[in-house]
Order: sequence, then C-alpha cells, then structure tokens
Amino acid sequence: MGGYIVKRLVSAVPVLLGITIIVFLIMSLIPGDPATAILGSYATPENMEKLNRDLGLDKPVITRYFIWITNMLTGDFGRSYSLNRPVIDEVLERFNATLILAGTAFVLCSVLGILAGVVSAARQYGVADKIITFVVLIGISVPAFFLGMMMILLFAVNLRWLPVSGMYAIYGGGDLPDLLRHLIMPALALAAVATGVIARLSRSAMLEVLRQDFIRTARAKGVPERRVIMGHALRAAMVSIIPVLGIQAGFVLSGAVYIEIVFQWPGVGRMLVDAILKRDLLLVQGGVVFVAACYVLFNIAVDVAQSLLDPRIKT
Amino acid sequence: MTAFLKLLFRNRLAALGAVVLSAVLILVLLTPVLPLQNPDITATADRFQKPFTEGHLLGTDHLGRDLLSRLLHGTRLSLAVGIAAALIAATIGSAIGIVAGYFGGRADNIIMRGVDMLMAFPYILLALVIVAALGPGLMNALIAVAAVNVPFFARNIRGITVGLAGREFIDAARLAGMGHIRIILTELLPNVLPVIIIAMSTTVGWMILETAGLSFLGLGSQPPQADLGSMLGEARSALISHPHTSVVPGIMIFLIVMSINLLGDGVRDALDPRLRSGALSRPRAMTLVERKGEVPAPTDDLLAIQDLQTQFHVGDRVYRAVGGVSLSVKAGECLGVIGESGSGKSVTALSVMGLVASPPGVITGGAVRFQGEDLIGASYESLRQKRGDRVAYIFQDPLSTLHPLYRVGRQLSEAIQSHHDIPTAETQARAVQLLRDVRIPNAEARVDNYPHELSGGMRQRVGIAMALANEPDVIIADEPTTALDVTVQAQILSLLDDLQRERGLAIIFITHDFGVVAQLCDRIAVMYAGRIVEEGPTPSVLEAPAHPYTKRLIACVPELGGGQRALAAIPGLPPLVDDLPPGCAFASRCEKAQETCRTGEVMLKGDASRAVRCHYPEEAI
Repeated sequence: MGGYIVKRLVSAVPVLLGITIIVFLIMSLIPGDPATAILGSYATPENMEKLNRDLGLDKPVITRYFIWITNMLTGDFGRSYSLNRPVIDEVLERFNATLILAGTAFVLCSVLGILAGVVSAARQYGVADKIITFVVLIGISVPAFFLGMMMILLFAVNLRWLPVSGMYAIYGGGDLPDLLRHLIMPALALAAVATGVIARLSRSAMLEVLRQDFIRTARAKGVPERRVIMGHALRAAMVSIIPVLGIQAGFVLSGAVYIEIVFQWPGVGRMLVDAILKRDLLLVQGGVVFVAACYVLFNIAVDVAQSLLDPRIKT
Repeated sequence: MTAFLKLLFRNRLAALGAVVLSAVLILVLLTPVLPLQNPDITATADRFQKPFTEGHLLGTDHLGRDLLSRLLHGTRLSLAVGIAAALIAATIGSAIGIVAGYFGGRADNIIMRGVDMLMAFPYILLALVIVAALGPGLMNALIAVAAVNVPFFARNIRGITVGLAGREFIDAARLAGMGHIRIILTELLPNVLPVIIIAMSTTVGWMILETAGLSFLGLGSQPPQADLGSMLGEARSALISHPHTSVVPGIMIFLIVMSINLLGDGVRDALDPRLRSGALSRPRAMTLVERKGEVPAPTDDLLAIQDLQTQFHVGDRVYRAVGGVSLSVKAGECLGVIGESGSGKSVTALSVMGLVASPPGVITGGAVRFQGEDLIGASYESLRQKRGDRVAYIFQDPLSTLHPLYRVGRQLSEAIQSHHDIPTAETQARAVQLLRDVRIPNAEARVDNYPHELSGGMRQRVGIAMALANEPDVIIADEPTTALDVTVQAQILSLLDDLQRERGLAIIFITHDFGVVAQLCDRIAVMYAGRIVEEGPTPSVLEAPAHPYTKRLIACVPELGGGQRALAAIPGLPPLVDDLPPGCAFASRCEKAQETCRTGEVMLKGDASRAVRCHYPEEAI
C-alpha cells in the first residue's frame, strides 16, 4: 500500500509540471505588454523598464519559466502588486476559507447524494424514489449562483434565520457557531448540483449491483434486507461511485468561485476573480497553480481510497 | 430514427423538455421582429418598476431598461454563445481525437498526455486563466469555455476512432491507395459524426451555463450588452430590495438548463436498450406472490413443492416458467431434477425460498411446504429466518455468486451471524472449520482470501461451505458443478455424497448431466417446458425411461468406451414458455406423437415413486 501511494505520487510529478507549463504558456499569450497593462498607458519608459526587470520580462520565455518554477519550489510565488504582499501568503489564507466551504459542500454532497441514491434504488418506482428523482432534477438544473441568491432571499432576508453573507459576523463573531451559521447556506448551495449528480449515479450503480448474483447469494443465506442494501450492495456500488466523487470534487471546487462571489466568502475563487479584474497576473498564476496542485493530490487520495475499497485493484 | 423519436416522446418528461426548449428557441428567434423596446435604452426615472406595470410586462432594471426586452435579447446572446462554444469545442476536440485515434502510436501518446493534463484542472481554473490572459469580454469567455471542453471531446472521439481505425473498411481504403486525409474525411468522419452530435447535445446546456457563469462573475459580456449571466450579475446588488430583477433571468437559465437536461435524459434512455426492456429493475427481497386458487394441504415430507406455478411478467407477455410442479424430499434423500436449459428447473429451485427475481418473477399458484409450513404465503421475516438456516442454496458459477469485495471468512461468518448471535471471533474459527470440512487445504490462510484469489473449484467449495454453515435440513444445489472441470467435479460430488450420509441432509440437485445424477441421486424428476414429465427412482428412470423425452435425452449422452456411434440429438427446440401449445409440450419433437397428444391436458400418471406424463409411454409403469 505504501509503495502504491509513492508510485501514485511520483506519477503526479509530470502532471504537476504539465499544469505549470499550461498555465505559463497561456499567461504568456497575453496580448500587448503586461507592464502597460499594469502601469497604464501614461507610465514613463523608465518605470516600464524597471517593472519589466522586476517581473523578469526582459528574459526569454524558457528562462522565465524556469525561474518561475524554481522560485515556486522554494515557496516564492512572487508578489501580488494589487495587494502588495507575497502571493503565497494571500493564497494560503484564502485557500483556507475555500477549503472550509468546498470541503463542507463535498462532504454534504457525498453523504446526501449517496443516501438519496440508495433510498431511491431500494424503493425503485416508489413514492420516495419519485420525490427524490424530482428534487434531483430540479437540483441539477438550478445554477449554483442563482440558487445561492434565492436562498439569501428566503432564509436570510424573509425568514431571517441565517446571515446574508460573509464568513464571520463583523461584530462579536469569530467562533465556531458563528462560522457554522455563515457556512450553512453557501455550503448547501454549492453542494446542490453535485448532490443531484451523485444521487443519480448512486441510484443506477445500486440498481446495477442489486441485480448481481452475489446479492441473491446474500439473500439466500438469510442476510436481513437492510444489510443486503446498506452492506453488500452499497459496498459493491461504491466501487463505481468513488471515482465520480473525485470528479465531482472538481466541480464543487469550480462552483465555489460563484458561491464565494454570491455569499462574499473570502475564498480563493473570489480572490482570482478580483485579481483578473485588476490584472494582477502573478496572483492569478500562483492561485491557479496552487489550487490545481491540491486538486491533483486530492485525486491521488481518491485513487488510494479506491484501491483500499477494491482488493481486485493491483497496488 | 422514427422509432427512436417515438420512444423519446413516449417519455413524457423528455417531451416536456422538448416543448419548453422549442418555445424558448422560437421566442429567441422571433426577438428581432417582436415589438420590444430597445434593451439598452435607460430611463432612470422608471427604474425598478415591478412586473406587470404599464408598458413593462416584466418590469424594469436598475437603469429603467425594459426587462422583457433585455431577457429575450440576453437569452438570444446566451444561447448563441453557448452553442458557438459547443460547436468550436466539438470541432477542435473531435479533430484532435480523430487524429490521435487514427494515427495512434507516439502522436496519440503525446496528444492524450496533453489532454490528460488539461483534464487535471478543475474546469473553472482553466477558464479563469484563459480569461485572465485574454482579458474579460464575451468573446474571450466563449474561447475559454470552448477550450475547457475540448479535452472532453478529444478523449471521447479518440476512443471511438481507435475502435474504428482497426476495422476492415479502413484497411480496405488504405489498400485502395487513399490518402490519410481522404480516409479521415470520407471513411472515418461519417461514422464518428453521430457520436459527436450526441456528445454535443449533452454538453451544450452545460456550456450555456458556463458562459453565463463567467458573465455572472463580470468576466464575460460587458455592459451595456447583456447575456443572462451578466443580467443576473448586475441584478445581484439589488437582490434584497428588488428581487424580481434577479428572479427573471435566473428562472430563464433554470428553464433552459432543465429542458436540455430532460431532453438529454430522454435521448440517453431511448438509446440504452437495457432501460427499454425494464431489465434495470431491482429484484425485491422476496419473490412477488399473487396466488390464485386453493393452497394444497400439507404433507409429511421434509420439503414439498406442491403444484408450484411461477411466471415472468414482462410487459404484456407472460412466460410460464414453472407450470404446476410438485416435488418432495425426505430427510437424508437426494432428489435429482434434470432437464435442458430453460426447462424451469432453476426457477423451481429459486421459488422455494422466494429468490426468483421480481420483477419480473411472480409466483401465481401452489405451495412450498417446509415441515408442513407454507413458505409461499410466509412473511419476509419468517422466510429470511429459514433462508440459509434450514434451507440453503449452492449456486452455479461461484465467481459471480460470492461477494467480490468481502473476504471468504467474513462471508462465511455472516451466514452464521445472520441467524445466530455469536461473536465474530467464534464464527471466524467456525469458518476455518467449515473450509476444512469441504477439504480446502490451508484453511487458516484461505479464510482471509478474497474470492478472486481462489481457483474455481475452491470457490465452489466455499459456496458449499457457506450452505453448510448453519447445518441446514435441506440443500438446494443449482448446477453446482457445471462450471468445473471433470476432476474437480468428481471431488465436489463425493464431498456432497459424504455430507449427505454423515449429516442426513436432504438434497435437491439440479443439473442437466445424467452422469452426475446417476452418481448422487436416489430419485430423479425430469422437467420439460416448465413441467415434470417423468419421475422415479434413479435406476429405474435411467434403465427404463418411460417418457420419450427422457429416453431421447439419455440417448444424447455419449458413453465412455462405447465406441463410435451417432449421437442422437433431439430435433427441434423446446417450445417457448410464453406460447405453450395445447397437449404435450414435447409432441412437436416426438416420433410417437399422435393426434391425442396435441389436444387437451396430458396428466402425470402414477404416484410419487414412479410417474410419467405421456399417453404412449416407452415402458409401462
């Protein structure tokens, strides 16, 4: 098992390199002169030249790439000019908030989705199945940002149950209950679509498994039906559900950008959008590479979980 | 195609999706000629008018612009951009996929590595990087969304192309001297195109949503031009005071995405033949019982199947898989049930403990009595308590009948713990003992194996061990040796024979192999087309078969050392059980059949010790 993890980590190195190359290539496609973009068209030539030197833009592309990547390996992602602080500090701080939001949403959509799918399959064509199928259809069709806005209207403005936005109350907040109160709506809005997708997939995976011969064997030996469903069938269905959880994690992370804007959550997605609008390209570059790298590592964790779950996978 | 459309529209939800989507499309196409106000004319005095006010059906936005007009123009823009992005992504992605799949080798390797890299990104990060590089704007958002979806098409189309590139017609084209470009355009593309179109139709809704999303973030369309996303984005600041400005574009996005989803689901279902046959139905915990007619009275047999009728209801068709079968076993007795595939022997066996998959299976008549108690009418819980405890099964093909992800020991333990409250440590020890009982060498180590780590013969022994776990009174073995080679088969049979003698258990042994029956069984019942055609003690049935079918069936068995002779295959096929002829089901294949055989009911004559269902038996009984 340890060997398998190491093998997977090693295989991630070219992927991570590829990610940096893709990001770097796209970013060097920028039309016009980045210094002009940053300083504006009234900048003096001396200032432009100084900035170009500071950004390393006077060197050839390949040299710039290697400088960038060696700096990143030492933890130096450059300096954000719009915030005037190191990119890595800002990214780490923001990523923490994103992790809380997206992590909660991911747990929610996995648990709710699988549960709904299992119930739906176990009660196929029953009332519960029909209700779940209907809710799921609505869930996967509402854009997360619109759902978030409607939740604000209902739960924060009309019912006044929950705070409108932010991560902590401005006055007197900051503790865990305060965070949770702020977290409920954005996490649910973010989880909605993924919950629907996972519920659908779990339902069909369960239906597929329930027709297998080993389920009949379990019943033939007198295993109670609840255990047949929640044990034998779900365990086998997880083999096809887990990879989809990995894919959905990417969608949750993507959706977080919208949700962070709607709920003014101080996460990395909002930071990226602000950075793009302010043309703070080093911040964009650093943030994207950091988050993409975390996602690659997360997917390795998913693969490892899969190999733990399915002894037939050679590790 | 028409069949496909018919199937699609029989699905009411898909039809609803199609109607909503067409309505939106028609509205949007008509927008330029509809009497609408200019969507960009501001009138600050009329800002935030409520819907249904004079002159503004949906009200006005924060600059007093008519919302209905803006909505229709915005929808037009969103759809156009989404569809354009889908077309671009499909074209570029498919081109990459076809090239990679057609040329293969190193080109394929390099291209697919690149595609994998792109897919390693959460999609929005890639889109954001592209927009960051090109700058905010609707065109750039379109490019970003198209680029993000290129890998999806490339990967799918490559898969299809790899399959096609190895086919004969491509080789033929190559031998005919056609160039690569011509082969790709005239031979490959027409075959790949339907897949591209389906992939596009399932992703276009997604791309509409993605471009709307980028616009919502302020990275797509820039004011005063507005698509649905930027309308929603601009309305957000007035969400609390004037929610209608947000609700209007939001609901439109929802309608578009939902109708495309519904339509997409419909297309997928219509294309997937498994869903059409209803085969994806989940079998219930026990077979459905719709018993008509009287329930036969109890007997003093250990297990008695009495006039059992089991049917499969598929759509309007009724398959009479078991049409009134009576069988019984006493303690310590082995009954062989023999017949061709499809004769109903397995369904009979599964009906005993309500294990026939339903839907589609339904037990429509008769009774199964264990020690006099009727199992067909029993509650789930009372049936469950007997399953595996009093009446146990051994199934064919142990690779698919053992749970692939549980260790063998755990599966054995579970069989015990489902019926007895015994701690796991004890049941594990018992599992080892069970594996020893079925002569599995090195049982202590084997309990920790998964089924795929065992050989076929060993897996079958595990299946037998599982059936023995609770020392049942009856074992129903459904072709337990069919999947095994002859030496392993002989070992398994002698094992069962020993167990029967040592423990005095009753066995119902289902097979199509006379050799196995002769070796193991005290009595034989022969089944044909869902009914018993002959029954009696093994020696008398084998040496003096009374039913012409039994006789022909025995004649089919090649004899070892019997010299070369023509094997007497039975001409024709068994009748379909959804369309049984009147009279004897075997009449059409029988040399001795007379007119009387083709009418009325042929009854089983004789008693349980020797019986035959024939007007003109080969032997008097």
